[in-house]
Amino acid sequence: MSAVVDAAPPSAKPATDGRDARTAWLLTAPALMLFVGVLVIPLAMTVMLSFHDWGQYKGIEPVFILKNWHEVATDPYFAEMFWRTFRIALLTTLITAVLGAPEAYILNRMSGRWKSFFLLVILGPLLISVVARTLGWALLFGGSNGLVNKLLMSLGLIGSPLPFMFTETGIVIALAHVMMPFMVLSVWAALQRVDPQIENAALSLGAGPFTIIRRIVLPQIMPGVLSGAIIVFSLSASAFATPAIIGGRRLKVAATLAYDEFLNTLNWPLGAAVAVLLLVALVLIVVGSNALIERRYAEVFR
Amino acid sequence: MRTNGPLALTFHTIFVVIMLAPILVVCLVAFTPEGYLSLPTHSFSLRWFRAIANYPEFVHAFWVSLGLGALSSLVAVLFAVPAALAIARYSFRGRDTLAALFLSPLMIPHVVLGIAFLRFFTAIGIGGSFAGLLVAHVVVVFPFALRLTLAAATGMDRSIEMAAVSLGAGDWTLFRRVTLPLILPGVISGWALAFIQSFDDLTMTVFLATPGTETLPVRMFLYIQDNIDPLVTSVSASVIAITMTALILLDRFYGLDRVLAGKNDPGR
Amino acid sequence: MSFLELDRVAKQFGAQTVVDDFSLTVGKGEFVSFLGPSGCGKTTTLQMIAGFLDPSRGAIRLEGRDLTAVQPAKRGLGIVFQSYALFPHMTAAENVAFGLEMRRVPRSECRERVRATLAMVGLAGYEERYPRRMSGGQQQRVALARALVIRPSVLLLDEPLSNLDAKLREEMQIELRQIQRNLGTTTILVTHDQNEAMSLSDRIVVMSQGRIEQIGTPQETYERPASAFVSQFLGKTNDFAATIDRTATPGRLIAGSWSAPAPAGLAGPVTVSIRPERIGFGDAGLAAKIVTRIFQGNHWLFQCESECGAVIVIRQNDGQPQPAEGEAVRLAWRPEDMSLRRAGAAA
Repeated sequence: MSAVVDAAPPSAKPATDGRDARTAWLLTAPALMLFVGVLVIPLAMTVMLSFHDWGQYKGIEPVFILKNWHEVATDPYFAEMFWRTFRIALLTTLITAVLGAPEAYILNRMSGRWKSFFLLVILGPLLISVVARTLGWALLFGGSNGLVNKLLMSLGLIGSPLPFMFTETGIVIALAHVMMPFMVLSVWAALQRVDPQIENAALSLGAGPFTIIRRIVLPQIMPGVLSGAIIVFSLSASAFATPAIIGGRRLKVAATLAYDEFLNTLNWPLGAAVAVLLLVALVLIVVGSNALIERRYAEVFR
Repeated sequence: MRTNGPLALTFHTIFVVIMLAPILVVCLVAFTPEGYLSLPTHSFSLRWFRAIANYPEFVHAFWVSLGLGALSSLVAVLFAVPAALAIARYSFRGRDTLAALFLSPLMIPHVVLGIAFLRFFTAIGIGGSFAGLLVAHVVVVFPFALRLTLAAATGMDRSIEMAAVSLGAGDWTLFRRVTLPLILPGVISGWALAFIQSFDDLTMTVFLATPGTETLPVRMFLYIQDNIDPLVTSVSASVIAITMTALILLDRFYGLDRVLAGKNDPGR
Repeated sequence: MSFLELDRVAKQFGAQTVVDDFSLTVGKGEFVSFLGPSGCGKTTTLQMIAGFLDPSRGAIRLEGRDLTAVQPAKRGLGIVFQSYALFPHMTAAENVAFGLEMRRVPRSECRERVRATLAMVGLAGYEERYPRRMSGGQQQRVALARALVIRPSVLLLDEPLSNLDAKLREEMQIELRQIQRNLGTTTILVTHDQNEAMSLSDRIVVMSQGRIEQIGTPQETYERPASAFVSQFLGKTNDFAATIDRTATPGRLIAGSWSAPAPAGLAGPVTVSIRPERIGFGDAGLAAKIVTRIFQGNHWLFQCESECGAVIVIRQNDGQPQPAEGEAVRLAWRPEDMSLRRAGAAA
């Protein structure tokens, strides 16, 4: 439930002889063995699993067939499900960017104590279980028992409960709430690199507030918005808890579908194919947009 | 810098209210005296907190989460410290690949990890065991431990170590007396962040947990799947209260900004 | 005589040669400075002596023993780093005691030596302070005490004063010199500050681009620079082109309409080099016009335009009236204050 996607620690200095390299490998050996043994091998096994056969009565058969991949590629059910998954992720990303970026900007202009207080208020939910946060939305809007629905109905503003549970809108709203701290954090980090005097400079040159935001602030925080967008998108596309609680069994996304194939239907090979496809699609999207952003904003980053 | 205008402050207020509303609602509903989901309008009641005691699965799951979080983050830190030191200070062939591999669990969706671990553990016969769960959590929280330790190790003034060596310190003394104390703030922050990640993980754990090894998020999730009643809100409220207490204690004795930033500011 | 010896030492990082053909012998108790701009290889040389880098070629010997075979931790050298590199989690006393602990010095002796050394650097009473509660100058003193308390065979100072403000730096220079004299510790200082090198050292090694330009006493390097680089790096200097005409006897040194008797030796095109403070205003000499006049307290600085190009003149402020801007003057100097090099001998 977390993917902050900047890697690559700064380069160490030159001068490395054989002894240094040996020490380095010795120091990383335990972690490397752990990762090969418990990450690389299981992932490889999962890819293999997606090519195995499965039947209601015979279970998993370790053969090499394309049945699952064929099914995923041709059955419109899967196309619809993946399309829904990425639509939800895209909308969620859009909402967090449109609301999170201004909020980070406003936050950054507050005075010291208020700034750290509200930063804590907005980032704090990251430490609270996603289940609890999504539960809150279910309590507010869940059917005729939902508190907001009850209030609006008692006021006579609406006749029947607002549709929220088991709807895409509901998933997107709850997911945007869950992901918002990542976007605020990312834009916030970009704002920290902006010289606070720069707005005064623009002001002294005669720029109005709208021009300042459009011409001065926005270009500088855009890298932060975009890297936040990548994080939010990849987390939303693979989100499980929120779609499972709000969407229920009816509105499947990739993660909940894979879960069902594994723990309910027990068709592991098909579930593995869905999961591998999700992984590959996400890696391609993330790596691709990272490269695009880095090329576009090379000067701003350095 | 300019100050926020009324429009900005209105936006900010609405934003904060929406961010807090779902969490506040959970906490309020937990105090309802009724037998169904409702806001406590007339009086506050602790009946749903007392009800947790009659539902030992939640209590057990809490202890599993706590133990799993503490243990997996500790193991992750033990693996991460030497790896971080190697990556921070030596440039060797394969270094960037290694760093990318170690940080890769951040990129891989947890559903995929859950499936991969489930497949692997079942194949080697430790499916559903606490040991399997522990190893899986170590891998998943490792990047957090590594990143903060790495930041501390990279940010450290290397001449301090050179000074210690020139004064006659051997490898182990150097590590114990100089290097470790200097990167300790980063290591502790890494551990704390790793713990939080482990404690909150649902997506991967839901594939691996069995009735004996269910963590709190898993238990809560499965409970909600069946029915939503005030019990799950009182459990949530308790966890939120515990989290906040832990944060306040951490801030009082250590400094929250140091945990979150992984800042290297030793000395007392 | 030879206590520390560097014998044709060279260091390469990949294809890049950072230090080349560095040979130097340092006597016991001597204070030697490596002086040069950043990137000249002076710190790399120091790190090779300290053992943090291995030389690619050549040998480093201490009292005849090969030093490169000895682990850095066993070399017993005292080092003061540019950043001071104090252990931030230890008090001043703990910092100073660290090297003694490593040597398993008995506790009571250790305590006494720490106290005495801190007192020597003027920090008596600061034993329990943590570094970040100390000023830059105080941290510098702790670093010095930490390096000296182990009674090092050689003290290595890597730009130790560069993080201090000008006034404090001057004070520390005097103090450092006194301490070094009293203890008689062989010392190598790496610096880019020519004043620091001159006021502290017995000998200066001027370096440029990984090579030694000149080794000599401060006076030698200042008065008789071996190259244009040395003359320009060690303080302000005026260089101009001239020709020595040997067809007449005695020969004459000619630059435009100005000429002077030529010293023995060189012939043909030469570079004339004169320190600004050696030039006076006289009735005869090189014709020039004063472009700018700057008052600097104890002296005046003149920028003059002459037939041979721009010339800087520095005159003591002795209360006498000085020529004004725009005034035409004649620049004169004693023949022995002028140093001549064959033209084109290094840029």
